[in-house]
Amino acid sequence: MSPWSDPRWSDALAHLPDYLGQHVRVSLAALALGLTVSLPLAVWARRRPRLRAALIGFAAIVQTVPGLALLALFYPLLLALAALSMRWLGASFSAFGFLPAMLALALYSMLPVLRNAVTGLQGVEPALLESAQAVGMTPRQSLWRVELPLALPVIMAGIRTAAVWVIGTATLSTPIGQTSLGNYIFAGLQTQNWVFVLFGCAAAAALALIVDQMLALIESGLQRRSRARVAAGTLGVLVLIAASVAPSLSRAPQTYVIGAKTFTEQYILAALLSERLDAAGLPARTREGLGSSVIYNALVSGDIDAYVDYSGTLWANQLHRTDIRPREKLLDDLKAALAQQHVTLLGELGFANAYALVMPRARAEALGIRTIADLASHAGTMAIAGDYEFFSRPEWAGIRDAYGLAFREQRQMQPDFMYAAVASGEVDVIAGYTSDGLIAKYDLVVLDDPKGAIPPYDAVVLLSPRRETDPALRAALQPLLGRIDIATMREANLRASDGQSATEVAKWLWERIAAGRK
Amino acid sequence: MSAPSPLIAFAHVSKSFDGGGGAPPVLAVDDISLDIAAGEFLAIVGASGSGKTTLLRLANRLIAPDSGTIAIDGADIASRDPIALRRSIGTVFQSGGLFPHMSVAANIGITPKLMGWPAAQIAARVDDLMALVRLDPAAHRDRLPQQLSGGQRQRVGVARALAARPRIVLMDEPFGALDPLTRDALGEDYRALHRDLGLTTVMITHDMAEAVLLADRIAVMREGRIVAQGTAAELSQSDDADVVTLLQTPRRQAERLRALLPERSRA
Repeated sequence: MSPWSDPRWSDALAHLPDYLGQHVRVSLAALALGLTVSLPLAVWARRRPRLRAALIGFAAIVQTVPGLALLALFYPLLLALAALSMRWLGASFSAFGFLPAMLALALYSMLPVLRNAVTGLQGVEPALLESAQAVGMTPRQSLWRVELPLALPVIMAGIRTAAVWVIGTATLSTPIGQTSLGNYIFAGLQTQNWVFVLFGCAAAAALALIVDQMLALIESGLQRRSRARVAAGTLGVLVLIAASVAPSLSRAPQTYVIGAKTFTEQYILAALLSERLDAAGLPARTREGLGSSVIYNALVSGDIDAYVDYSGTLWANQLHRTDIRPREKLLDDLKAALAQQHVTLLGELGFANAYALVMPRARAEALGIRTIADLASHAGTMAIAGDYEFFSRPEWAGIRDAYGLAFREQRQMQPDFMYAAVASGEVDVIAGYTSDGLIAKYDLVVLDDPKGAIPPYDAVVLLSPRRETDPALRAALQPLLGRIDIATMREANLRASDGQSATEVAKWLWERIAAGRK
Repeated sequence: MSAPSPLIAFAHVSKSFDGGGGAPPVLAVDDISLDIAAGEFLAIVGASGSGKTTLLRLANRLIAPDSGTIAIDGADIASRDPIALRRSIGTVFQSGGLFPHMSVAANIGITPKLMGWPAAQIAARVDDLMALVRLDPAAHRDRLPQQLSGGQRQRVGVARALAARPRIVLMDEPFGALDPLTRDALGEDYRALHRDLGLTTVMITHDMAEAVLLADRIAVMREGRIVAQGTAAELSQSDDADVVTLLQTPRRQAERLRALLPERSRA
């Protein structure tokens, strides 16, 4: 069987028009904005050494901020701005997705453009500047007829570097809600779908290469004063823009958007919700790989219409509550509190995905550890691993304080790697998820929580304020409520981590639900 | 001398430059007064750093004097629009100062173009000028400066300076970087243009022989001052040590050449 007959390739290909289109749009918009700001700045600074140094210094500092962090910073910044604008101007804008991604990438593009433009303009021989003055050019004529044309090769090299950087970094805009080729990479990393990761990398690299070549064509055309080359290069960029915008224009504006956080279960559930809506004749698509707090804010602002969250997470992160209540009571309180923000808690899916301390069954038995309380006396010699947010969440503080846990070492890991890490003895305990299929696969055991320090985490479907009264949406999702038990969800998660795509697993899940109803 | 009022008049002009790094300012031009008559070919001779280039740059307002006035046709140039002033004066730089990204024709036609001449008129003017400086328009019009020889480049530089029909031409060591044969030919050709077009030319050079051969009058500069001026014959009477040395070299060369190169007898 050839590796190309793997269904994951066709699955990846099916997403390409959307992902590529959005990637091109956000990259080129960022590049255009970056150029409109950087080039005039460079021209303005060309005879002002102090300003020049300040500008390049600023751009260099921006460059040292990791791309992901820069993108992440723009989200809360714009969220605050949007709130201010709502208060003062009565109009808000979406701080989600396109805008923060474009602004951060534009900032990122500035260093190579500024540095090269400044260097290029400075590299023009003083004798030629004097010559330009002497033949009677005004400063503006000198700039346009002599300085810019002579600096052009260096400036174009900077623009090409910026284009390649921006296209590469744009793959990191997925977690702040901008769909990009990074969706392949983030989804692939979560579901261990290496075909997706490879596909995303190759697509981003190919795009960068193509844009670079178009710019090279324009550059050589400008240098050789060949209109044909400039036209061909410009046409290529325009075709790319047209091709990327066309599919999104043809999309129905009334599309429902289902959000998903950054782990396997979320990808499956988003695919399931989306498939249910499609089946009910409601066009739907998914926005995947969103950060845990990004996704709730996106729901409140109407950027996404529905997603699955967990009661304990909402309790702690959105309501900022640290007290722990019985499951039913917590759900009721949560429902009421969310309703005040016009967020609808439609209902529970039937399973809970709680945090749990997990370790290999054999090791636990050998040490006589059955509960977290038993673990406490061994913790001093053990290493624990959790996902990227676990150790900064209030639940961890709760567990730690309730049982007096003090581990030798705390490590953060990609969730899907934690299980293999604990199974192989790389760490001793992990903060896993109760619905994870890997617990059974690696023969791990979930430690009991006799003090009830871990809050309940029922999976619940949330609807955005925009869809507060939307009978069609409710009707389409109603059949899922209460129908997914923990065993089913574990098996679904296991199937995904064995390499099936989220869409395939969602289909399987629906078949199980449909069969169970009969 | 009861000459008519001069075309270019420097009156008590001084200009100093920042020494840089806390050094005292350098007085590049020190209280110079100098008249240049219409139609005159004046050479300014001096060693590097004598202030001759500064003097030239003051004439088309590439720099402004600290004190004193420069008048053209009796009017102080400080009150004229510097852009219009420069377009009315032709300037030839050492090694051309041609724009490397522009064709020969575009270089020659630049000032008319900046002044908004119609394209057809510029094209005709460029062809005329190329013929005038003995470059074949058909063969050279579309070339880039780096595709020309040094002598050809300098011919383009002269053509560019003459494009907008200036009355005054300023030349900064125009032939300095050329081989002797080219230099001689170009000097002779320019001298003829100067005469035929009724130009007023100020040429800077450090080569006294060139100055003697081309100019009507020579001014010798040292440390920002004019230490002697006059025709070659008048200068030969000077007892300034520098002037004597400057004149010795071409004279000695001429004598040795005459001795070493006997006239070929005509058969």
